[in-house]
Amino acid sequence: MFIPSATIPERGMNANADLAQRHRALIGRVAEDRDKEAFAELFDWYAPRVKAMLLKQCGSSEMAEDVMQDVFLTVWLKAGQFASSKGAVSTWIFTIARNRRIDVFRKQSSRHYVDIGEMEFADDAPESEEVLLSGEQDSLIAQAAATLPEEMREVIHLAFVEEKSQSQIAGELGIPLGTVKSRTRRAFEKIKQQLEGVL
Amino acid sequence: MTIAHHPDMATLIEYAAGTLDEAFAVTVSCHLEVCDQCRKSVRSAAALGGSFLCEETGVEPLGEGSFGRLLEKISAASETPHTAPDRVSELERGVTRGIPLALSGYLDTDLKSIRWKRIGPGVWQKPIPLSPGASSSLRLLRIAPGRGVPEHGHGGQEITLILSGAYRDEIGHFGPGDVADLDEHVEHKPQVVSDEDCICLAATEKPTRFKGIAGRLLQPFVGI
Repeated sequence: MFIPSATIPERGMNANADLAQRHRALIGRVAEDRDKEAFAELFDWYAPRVKAMLLKQCGSSEMAEDVMQDVFLTVWLKAGQFASSKGAVSTWIFTIARNRRIDVFRKQSSRHYVDIGEMEFADDAPESEEVLLSGEQDSLIAQAAATLPEEMREVIHLAFVEEKSQSQIAGELGIPLGTVKSRTRRAFEKIKQQLEGVL
Repeated sequence: MTIAHHPDMATLIEYAAGTLDEAFAVTVSCHLEVCDQCRKSVRSAAALGGSFLCEETGVEPLGEGSFGRLLEKISAASETPHTAPDRVSELERGVTRGIPLALSGYLDTDLKSIRWKRIGPGVWQKPIPLSPGASSSLRLLRIAPGRGVPEHGHGGQEITLILSGAYRDEIGHFGPGDVADLDEHVEHKPQVVSDEDCICLAATEKPTRFKGIAGRLLQPFVGI
């Protein structure tokens, strides 16, 4: 039986899984030893990505740079708290950047996100989820997202990368809000199913 | 707490992406405090955000000497005494006041001492002020046993979380922790079925978005 190019993405997956493990180790050093070299390595990888994410919202490079620095100040200050959790570094940094974006660009409070986030740190995630969250999750999710039908991929991309609300997405694509919601639900279900198949 | 009604998965994904407006985000947060299942979904959805940050967002060149400036901010921050609030005691305080933690920053009183404003027979409300950038409204509602509100539709999305008591409508029975996540097409006529007042937290889109005289007439009931 022909197995479609399974080996190539797998190599990429392992490389990404190594990277995710590396990032966790670096956060551990930042938390325990206040290691600035480890922090610099994380900064080099994530800062240009966080800045790109923020730039989509504010359009000013200086402002995106400032807010990005705030994000990494939080990473430094809260590394100890995060290091005891099981989550992926990418998820954590994404949520810090998301909260800063809400505070600064939308002028709303993101305090409730912080409350929930701190509860999650205290959660005991089940075994299978620990594996998902700590290791290969980013590349697995990216692979799963890549296999989505274009119309589903589009709504997820607009929500997480362009940070558009579902009603904005509906307006932009000229489709009913209900359609955006059903595509979003189906996309997420498909991604979850594919991840469960791997684990 | 047995929870029968949860937010729409599409709403949880918006929450994780950070695109829900404040009133809705606060209401969803309050539900997450008591719902393991939805917390897990939000965690997976946030992981989607993390993955996209790494794989899809792209990279933007940093300003000159960016890391050096960050280190300066870090030493400045470590010189300022860190006065982070003690979350655990804050959580306990919220619990003893009978209100969810996510709401405790918005209310300086407990549920029993709220100064309610009557908006109809057996129906009271307490509007909750939000940040200046918010385009949604948040309020607490209190409805007396046996009371209901006239059948109404909504001018937009509406998310209601039951804090105490219970009501029943065309969709089902809603008790503490349950969420009614309704879009503008749903019309319902909730009736309180508990012996005590039913208190809920209701998030709606700003009334300015509602169009037409009918929408304005229904405004006192919007959010119910």
